[in-house]
Amino acid sequence: MRVALFVTCINDTLHPDTGRAVITLLERLGVEVGFPEEQSCCGQPQFNTGYRHLTEPLVRRYERAFRDYDYVVTPSGSCAAMVRDNYPRIAAEGRDSRDLAEAAARAVPKTYELTEFLVDVLKVTDVGAYYPHTVTYHPTCHGLRMLRLGDRPRRLLEHVKGLELRELPGAEECCGFGGTFAVKNPAVSAAMGADKVRAVRETGAEAVCTVDNSCLLHIGGMLRREGAAARPVHIAEILAATEADTRKPAGREGSPR
Amino acid sequence: MSGTYLGMPAFPTAAASSTQDGRLRANLRYATHTIRDKRAKAVAELDDWARLRAAGAAVKDRTLRHLDHYLEQLEEAVTAAGGQVHWAADAAEANAIVARLVRETGEREVVKVKSMATQETGLNRTLAEAGISAYETDLAELIVQLGDDLPSHILVPAIHRNRGEIRDIFREQMGRWGRAAPEGLSDAPGELAEAARLHLREKFLNAKVGISGANFMVAETGTLVVVESEGNGRMCLTLPETLISVVGIEKIVPTWQDLEIFLQLLPRSSTAERMNPYTSMWTGTTDGDGPRTFHLVLLDNGRTDTLADTVGRQALRCIRCSACLNVCPVYERAGGHAYGSAYPGPIGAILTPQLRGTASELDASLPYASSLCGACYEVCPVAIDIPEVLVHLRERVVQGGKVTRRGVKTVLKPAKGHAAERAAMRAAGFAFDHPGVLRAGQRLAGRTRRLHPRRLPGPGHAWSDTRDLPPVPAESFRDWWRRTRGEEQGK
Ligand code: SF4
Repeated sequence: MRVALFVTCINDTLHPDTGRAVITLLERLGVEVGFPEEQSCCGQPQFNTGYRHLTEPLVRRYERAFRDYDYVVTPSGSCAAMVRDNYPRIAAEGRDSRDLAEAAARAVPKTYELTEFLVDVLKVTDVGAYYPHTVTYHPTCHGLRMLRLGDRPRRLLEHVKGLELRELPGAEECCGFGGTFAVKNPAVSAAMGADKVRAVRETGAEAVCTVDNSCLLHIGGMLRREGAAARPVHIAEILAATEADTRKPAGREGSPR
Repeated sequence: MSGTYLGMPAFPTAAASSTQDGRLRANLRYATHTIRDKRAKAVAELDDWARLRAAGAAVKDRTLRHLDHYLEQLEEAVTAAGGQVHWAADAAEANAIVARLVRETGEREVVKVKSMATQETGLNRTLAEAGISAYETDLAELIVQLGDDLPSHILVPAIHRNRGEIRDIFREQMGRWGRAAPEGLSDAPGELAEAARLHLREKFLNAKVGISGANFMVAETGTLVVVESEGNGRMCLTLPETLISVVGIEKIVPTWQDLEIFLQLLPRSSTAERMNPYTSMWTGTTDGDGPRTFHLVLLDNGRTDTLADTVGRQALRCIRCSACLNVCPVYERAGGHAYGSAYPGPIGAILTPQLRGTASELDASLPYASSLCGACYEVCPVAIDIPEVLVHLRERVVQGGKVTRRGVKTVLKPAKGHAAERAAMRAAGFAFDHPGVLRAGQRLAGRTRRLHPRRLPGPGHAWSDTRDLPPVPAESFRDWWRRTRGEEQGK
């Protein structure tokens, strides 16, 4: 089984810890992970803003980068959903669509979001993690409604030793990030974010966890601005944590670690 | 707030002011959350909901594909049953037809059943200009009309008002339009409903002309259908001597058997009821029973053009249940008026820019009035993939493209004001397709990380006004991989 990490542009640039956590976690589970450097962005920001044609080269690049692998694993629900739901659409409307369609057809079935890969392919829910904190889980829109992750992330979290899961009120409501939505409709985006942060605070949890750093960027930014105690943490970083590294809790705080 | 949607600011500006209105947000939050929870329960009662939904979508799609055929069949059936059919290419034509028909009766007053089509065409304004008073008889529409306001929800046009506001409107305005509100009217729902009932009863008993829309038109028999909760619609449909129904051409279903599907989908999705309290059906005219004259005005107003768009046409499946509004986090914060048309919320964000085009700043901003969270698609009883159409229309706004306008194929130019964004997207696209460039950019960002502001300059500042940016790490993942793993794996 040849497995590649698709780290995504946001994680690559802003959250390398998440990529490292996926490597740590998968290697601990006995999976050898490659990182083809040809990879870049899935094209989500361009596609969602109306620049479909700019994503065509990225579809081809994605397929090329991961051609030699059986599975592509990504710690991002929205990027996995982009590949699975939108690559076929991009191909369908593409200019020379035959090779695009073939690229999409090859890319789609091998692409997995991390928790999906763990539960569906590796068939594990106890990954041997230790994270002695209270955590609340925000199921991101793409994870919830496009990938239909269901309770996979929760099942993984429930098996983490020391972790206490707190129910998030209104969990299924969008946090208001939406990529360029946050820039184009800042007032509504902020109002949605404020409600999400209020819900996180109500749980009293030490950390808020998602399968996607883009939502965490938004939620975390608002938490920081409000001086709230809860810290944003990607699920990969929780699942990668073990008793050996409890002195250095995973998750981002106010300053770079 | 009064009068018209035209000339309203673009969505982000309108929404920015409505998010500041605490009372509006509280009213909306309460109302939408109540109805969305009820809807979920009503839908969960049916174990074949997914199949009903698929069937509804399929019937609508098939009907739309053969729309010309079914419309002709409908026209024949309506005419055979004693009605008269009028075709209106756009809003102005529809309004002119209705005004003429009313004038021909010699009447100066009409009662109206709540109707989205006449909201869309702004009929009341045209009638007023022709010296005809149109009285809205749906309770919520009455509140909107008395308050010189605009509807802000498909099903509950006065959703933005609370009881206290409604009492004030009734007290101050009812007398001006007819029977005044009783002395000492309180904000108890029972008293408010009774005041409305007394006020409206007077209108019903005097009216000689009724104007309605329809939820469905059955092609095989020429039957029109209105579903409602209050019974006001049924009075409007049966008491007057003349009935004029203005209906969008997409409301057609081929047979009574098809209707069965929608009469299950609609009430559960909209009011969370198993069945509507009132389902009224009328077919032409019948001697000695109901209106003696019946006119059907079939409204196009951009629908045929919408049908020409292979991605966007699914918006015409809409049965106006309003479920998408009630789950939409953007609608909940922005309120219905920010959408600047009779169709607010997610369906408005895709329908309005298709019916009206994307030429105005407001209409071009509507496809962006969504975080693409997908909640609307999930609840839509006819499975309209609203996020898909939103992205499709965004492409039209920023890139232009082929569209049909009044039956003529044209190529749209990109909307103004996206030049900087387009350049940024192209630059990003270039970097993403050249990982060496991407790496160089990341390294530069990593090296200058101590200099980065926590707030963004330029157009991004609105984002960082309310959120802090995360610090840029010293080393990208890519560089970490190369430094620690590069040699052994070489990939
Ligand atoms: S788009 Fe779907 S959910 Fe929204 S009003 Fe129309 S039918 Fe209802």
